[in-house]
Amino acid sequence: MKFLCIDCDQQMRFEERAVPGDGTFAASFRCPTCDRSIALLANPMETQLVESLGVRIGGTTLDTPPLAMVRSSVEGRDDAFVDTAATAGPRAAWSKEAEERLSRVPGFVRGMVKRIYGEYAAERGIAVITPDVMDRARTDLGLEGM
Amino acid sequence: MGSVKFRTYHEVPGEDASGLLDQVFALRQRVQARLGRVNRLVAIASGKGGVGKSHVTALLALELRRLGKSVGVLDADLHGPTIAKLLEARGPLEIDEHEVQPATGREGILVFSTDLLLNDQQPLTWREIEPGGRVPSAECRVPSSENFLFRGPRESNVLRESLADVAWGDLDFLLVDLPPGTDRLEDLASLAPSLSGVLVVTLPTDESRRSVARAMHAAAASGVRLLGIVENMSGYACPTCGTTGPLFQGDAGAILASEFAVPLIAKIPFGRFPFPLSPFPLDQFLELLP
Repeated sequence: MKFLCIDCDQQMRFEERAVPGDGTFAASFRCPTCDRSIALLANPMETQLVESLGVRIGGTTLDTPPLAMVRSSVEGRDDAFVDTAATAGPRAAWSKEAEERLSRVPGFVRGMVKRIYGEYAAERGIAVITPDVMDRARTDLGLEGM
Repeated sequence: MGSVKFRTYHEVPGEDASGLLDQVFALRQRVQARLGRVNRLVAIASGKGGVGKSHVTALLALELRRLGKSVGVLDADLHGPTIAKLLEARGPLEIDEHEVQPATGREGILVFSTDLLLNDQQPLTWREIEPGGRVPSAECRVPSSENFLFRGPRESNVLRESLADVAWGDLDFLLVDLPPGTDRLEDLASLAPSLSGVLVVTLPTDESRRSVARAMHAAAASGVRLLGIVENMSGYACPTCGTTGPLFQGDAGAILASEFAVPLIAKIPFGRFPFPLSPFPLDQFLELLP
């Protein structure tokens, strides 16, 4: 998929990808010549279609965790997996508010999300994971929607 | 094009901003990297449901283990997974940031199956997920009547992830128990060029023969090597006296073998799994593999 600025006859550059939280995703592209930017707004069906392919709009490389689709999309048992990475080494505590927020993440993928935040905290010497830490991790790691 | 003139995709020389093809290529490379340590990848398939593909797969896995081979079984029948039960493999599965460990079943056979992921008697259903992993609210979801649009790609991707992300390790054999039909076989052949071939399972009946023949034609058209036929439920083995009596009418195994010029590897009687004696002439099967 390429976006062409017709006036400048230039391919627009991918700038940003966003998940507004209404079942859709958005991506912005900018013309390197005239600086005009446009937004690609995908409807829920288009969003699901892209997700089902296991690829990412705006991402030129993928570093997906194992069984990413299985764990996120299959309605399965919560205890199907034991996250050995999450159970190894010192772990940060979770505040009540952070735990509550984590509980809203689907059970099948919750362990993976918890591990990501846990590693983020461990690498920075953070003792307690709070919603603020989660927000910072989300920004730093590009974890929209988690 | 109308009055506005602009270049087309191929006329614009820059890279695709999202690199979608590169992403798909990278995902496939993960499969091939994982399967690089698997000596033989064999599919077990049929054009018909209920012929006992999983029993044949489990039996073959056990016989290969008896020969001292290292064996893994991937249950690709997402909607009717039975391999884990047959081989007594249980979860939970250990996972880290790189891979998931398969379950270990009878005789040390490695197993991965959706049966290990689902609650008892729970059918396979899909959760709608936004990029990033959040579940959209009910009013933002695609109507369930339209979900069929995504089912095929998702199921193909489960197969891809099961091949790429499960720590199969160094295996002599990875057996893939496929669902009825040919869709997943084509996916498997596409994902894994190293596929050694497919073992086809049929019942003796003419109805089974017709369905299985279609699947075999489709497999051959996809360039998948037909290794041979196994006729399952070929008579009834009495558990008391051991003699085999008639069960179904027909001779589908022999007819298909002749029609497709492949060997009829085994005729397995109906009986309680696992069978006390090997109905698999494994030497013949092993000779068939490229």
